[in-house]
Amino acid sequence: MILPFFIIIPLLTAFVITLISGERDDWAVILSIIVEISLLILSVFCFFRVDGTAVIYKMSNWKAPIGIILVADSLSIFMLIIVSFIALTSLIFSVHYIRHLSPSWNYYALFMLLVTGMNGVIATGDLFNMFVFVEITLFAAYALVAYGNRAEEFEASFKYAIMGSISSAFVLLGIGITYAMTSTLTLANIAEVLKQKDPMVSLWIGGIFLAGFGLKAAIMPFHAWLPDAHSSAPAPISAMLSGVLIKALGVYVLIRLFFNVLGGIAIFNEVFVILGTISILVGGFLAMGQWDFKRLLAYSSISQVGYIFLGIGLGTWLGILGAVFHLLNHAIFKSLLFYNAGSLETAFGTRDLRKMGNVAKALPVTSFTSMVASLSISGVPPFNGFFSKLIIIIAAIQAGRPIYAFLAAIGSLITLAYYMKVQRFGFHGKNILQVEKNAVSFGMNSAMIILAVLCLVTSLLIVPGIREATLDTIVAVIMNKTGYVSQILGRQ
Amino acid sequence: MTVYLLCFALFLVGIYGIITKRDLVRIIISWGIMGYAVNLMFVLFGYKNGSIYPIFVKNAPVLPQTMVDPLPQALVLTSIVIELGNTAMLAALAVRLFQKYQTFDITKIRRLSG
Repeated sequence: MILPFFIIIPLLTAFVITLISGERDDWAVILSIIVEISLLILSVFCFFRVDGTAVIYKMSNWKAPIGIILVADSLSIFMLIIVSFIALTSLIFSVHYIRHLSPSWNYYALFMLLVTGMNGVIATGDLFNMFVFVEITLFAAYALVAYGNRAEEFEASFKYAIMGSISSAFVLLGIGITYAMTSTLTLANIAEVLKQKDPMVSLWIGGIFLAGFGLKAAIMPFHAWLPDAHSSAPAPISAMLSGVLIKALGVYVLIRLFFNVLGGIAIFNEVFVILGTISILVGGFLAMGQWDFKRLLAYSSISQVGYIFLGIGLGTWLGILGAVFHLLNHAIFKSLLFYNAGSLETAFGTRDLRKMGNVAKALPVTSFTSMVASLSISGVPPFNGFFSKLIIIIAAIQAGRPIYAFLAAIGSLITLAYYMKVQRFGFHGKNILQVEKNAVSFGMNSAMIILAVLCLVTSLLIVPGIREATLDTIVAVIMNKTGYVSQILGRQ
Repeated sequence: MTVYLLCFALFLVGIYGIITKRDLVRIIISWGIMGYAVNLMFVLFGYKNGSIYPIFVKNAPVLPQTMVDPLPQALVLTSIVIELGNTAMLAALAVRLFQKYQTFDITKIRRLSG
């Protein structure tokens, strides 16, 4: 069984790094990159092994309602691949960036804890265990947001920590009520018991979890902490937070709870659709007014996560396909854009778009990859963002919601508008800037190039033959609401 | 039922404190109150009137029907440890904020905006 290693390996690495590191961070860098490569290989290997049926690992061989189980189905392995991949590119990008900022092995130890927590949340099949891993992730995230040691970063981190703590209290309250109602904490057993209970119980539990995990996913009424935290963190961490953390802790957990455990209640789907659409529009409009590059990207994250929620909330096969695809695409191009912002910050020491200018000569790779990422996120045809947004809009029309489809299309135009602004002022402006050579290292450039290539390559996932092997298996897990429960309970 | 309502009132006191207080330390303490309320609720969920501690002792048979549910107590222990860590984290951040801004007042700590 390789499932527990997704948690054990990064956790062990975090502690090994603290033990072996001295003044320099060389060993920490080498160790953490090796670990992320091995996790990526493991997760890709798992994806083709799982194939429709869930793999279950019983901790200490205790049976499910008593012990804690780890579950891997297509959806969770898909999330593990995204986490491992973005973490790998983020580490490659970090090496030079963190040495430039304030070199220390602490960064890598905390980074490994962040990965541990996210892998744990994704792999676990137990509600309270999930809460514990959420807390591990958040602790590491608070510390990493404040890593740069500036006043603004502590302010953002404190705001994030308070919001995160409130959401955790709500989640804990929800877990308490769930336990009182069902006398079990294993997700599959909860689903089984809730079927025989009053539907009102599911609504109460769902409402509390929506408040708790919605805060972590930063959908619109709960978004206030995101722009501060994501724009103040070091660039590779912003990429991790925007690219994977809000998805692993927010979107993934909400999908798991509301589809596989609560069984896709219609009223919550309606809530997802409405909140998603509001997020798309309001996040977009707020992003338009920003001049701080990273703040603009953070608001854009709210807007793009709105598309994912719109797709999920539609509840149809096509809608969920679009949402899952957009989740992958957003992880790729938003991380890439944050790397671009980080590379500009390293080279020019500013994030203000008005102070930038024509960087095409000075930083050709950054300029080119940012163009690719902007085109993908705005939904221009050959790139991946076009296909996922198109699928979500078509799904909305097919589900008989033309108004939402129209609003999503408007949101896409707004996205195009503010990325035009980024390109116009940030990368192709009037004042021609010069930098010394090697301001942006080979590692940073290669991380950006890998993701830019993927922006184009992941479009292939929509080609019928490949789609059936990859995206369709994930959608099948979400759509087959009873499958998760019966597979786990049947395997005792 | 009254106990649960009082417990929920404590939870609301915590939220009220976080929303209205302007002092960083008071916000942290309000959050602590919120956490205590949730922990208390956990213990109450496992409690049965007139039952005894869930420990098996030699020569004194304890029936499972007559003891309180031990699982919520185990969960509360875990959650208290997590809260300790969280409070320490928040307090550390508050100290660093004080060093940077020379104040605990959140209305004066606003370099981030928009």
